[in-house]
Amino acid sequence: MSIQEIQDEIVDEFSMFDDWMQRYEYMIELGKSLPLIKEQYKTDDNIIKGCQSKVWVHAELEGDKLVFTADSDAIITKGIIAILIRTFSHQKPQDIIDANTGFIDQIGLKEHLSPTRANGLVSMIKQLKLYAVAYQTQLN
Amino acid sequence: MTENTLDITQIRKDFPILNRKVNGNPLIYFDNAATSQTPKQVIDTIVDYYSNYNANIHRGVHALAQEATEAYEGARTKIQHFFNAAKAHEIIFTSGTTHSINLVANGFTAFLKKGDEVLVSAMEHHSNIVPWQMLCERTGASLKVIPMSKEGELLMDSYRDLLSDRTKLVVCNHVSNALGTINPIQELITLAHDAGAAVLIDGAQSSPHIKVDVQKLDVDFYTASAHKLCGPTGIGMLYGKSAWLAKLPPYQGGGEMIAEVTFEKTTYADLPYKFEAGTPNISGGIAFGAALDYLNSIGIEAIEDYEHDLLIYATKQLSEIEGVKIYGTSKNKTAVISFNIQGIHPYDMGTLLDKMGIAVRTGHHCAQPVMDYYKIPGTIRASFSFYNTKEEINRFIEAVIKAKKMLR
Repeated sequence: MSIQEIQDEIVDEFSMFDDWMQRYEYMIELGKSLPLIKEQYKTDDNIIKGCQSKVWVHAELEGDKLVFTADSDAIITKGIIAILIRTFSHQKPQDIIDANTGFIDQIGLKEHLSPTRANGLVSMIKQLKLYAVAYQTQLN
Repeated sequence: MTENTLDITQIRKDFPILNRKVNGNPLIYFDNAATSQTPKQVIDTIVDYYSNYNANIHRGVHALAQEATEAYEGARTKIQHFFNAAKAHEIIFTSGTTHSINLVANGFTAFLKKGDEVLVSAMEHHSNIVPWQMLCERTGASLKVIPMSKEGELLMDSYRDLLSDRTKLVVCNHVSNALGTINPIQELITLAHDAGAAVLIDGAQSSPHIKVDVQKLDVDFYTASAHKLCGPTGIGMLYGKSAWLAKLPPYQGGGEMIAEVTFEKTTYADLPYKFEAGTPNISGGIAFGAALDYLNSIGIEAIEDYEHDLLIYATKQLSEIEGVKIYGTSKNKTAVISFNIQGIHPYDMGTLLDKMGIAVRTGHHCAQPVMDYYKIPGTIRASFSFYNTKEEINRFIEAVIKAKKMLR
């Protein structure tokens, strides 16, 4: 599936929920399915800066596609990063670079986009895209 | 004494913000240690200033300038009385506690040398650590830490051991922002003076909740921020004993702080203007005064009793929740509860509480050394004010239980 198709699927899933509680319960569930980063990669170098909770992300190429693993010590953060990884993992670096992330707004998590949220999605998205840029350069 | 001494229903009507909803729920504001809310009396004061007598102070001969000057200097006198300073010129307007501390730290550059020591407590806000580290870097003096116990109390024996003729300055908060501990500053000041050291007390967290008398304390410097005292942001004060302020060199140069300027030499203005370069935050200063009027109309002692009641009530309720650990368990505390729940990250709890309309602070509270001491990434901090109620605490407890269920 393309990034856009996956995002549409996530928006569909979240549209089934009437209230914030169900949305957050689902996010917490998603957090539990996060493809976990190997312990050896849980280093300070892989921590996303500026988060109130710790978030580690690792990326590696499988063929021409980028695969992400991650972890966090906060469970809602794990859910957020799980959503991002579901959209970006197993995709070509260039597609990740080009991807629009407006869907976050549509699934009712807009507040996490705010720069005032210490755990803002912004720094996570930026980090994932930076990995994509780095690997794209490598592919070229 | 109980909450019956305060008419909370009436008091709450003074705070327009308490009527708003957050995420569909009535706001419960438990982040008072970060900033207090503003009563309409203070908001009206700011509106009145800009609507009726906005002018630059001290220099103009016209009516508006005189009215503004009188109101601004009147506010200084109100602050003087609130903290029981001997003289109005011992009150310096600053942008807040951080500015006040930096002003003193900068001035002490002239007084310290290699081998001198500055003592700082283990439970300081970063704003009462970093300026002293910078001072030590500039002068070659060393920074020593007064340790604390698991309960979040200063180890006074260790403090006594640290004091020596090398100690030039002791800095400590009156109340810890991260733990709520009320420190034994009277004893701390006396001991420091016996050793020949000056003392600066950070009063950001104490001044809104307990009566402060700088003369009785015999403290050399004391700081406060208006926005924690129901006033606006961007204004605060530094109290300094006249003798110290006279000795301390100016912090910033500019207009207002001079007596005479030629290209060869400038002489400085008298206190307090020597430390007040440039056009100050005039409306903020006047509103600071109005905020103190407001607090006085309720009574600091009554506020202290009522908030203590809230603290005891909330601590008991919270302790009954399985897995809760409270950090800062001193008997002497203001109404601050810093806690964690086993297996739950503070950020997760804070996020879900926000969804339920409850504002708490999560994280390290700008006191990373305190978090490092307990080996935790941060805490959830609920801090109460006199406009909070037991009903709000009940809703908070229910919300914590609900969030805990979701997160575990």
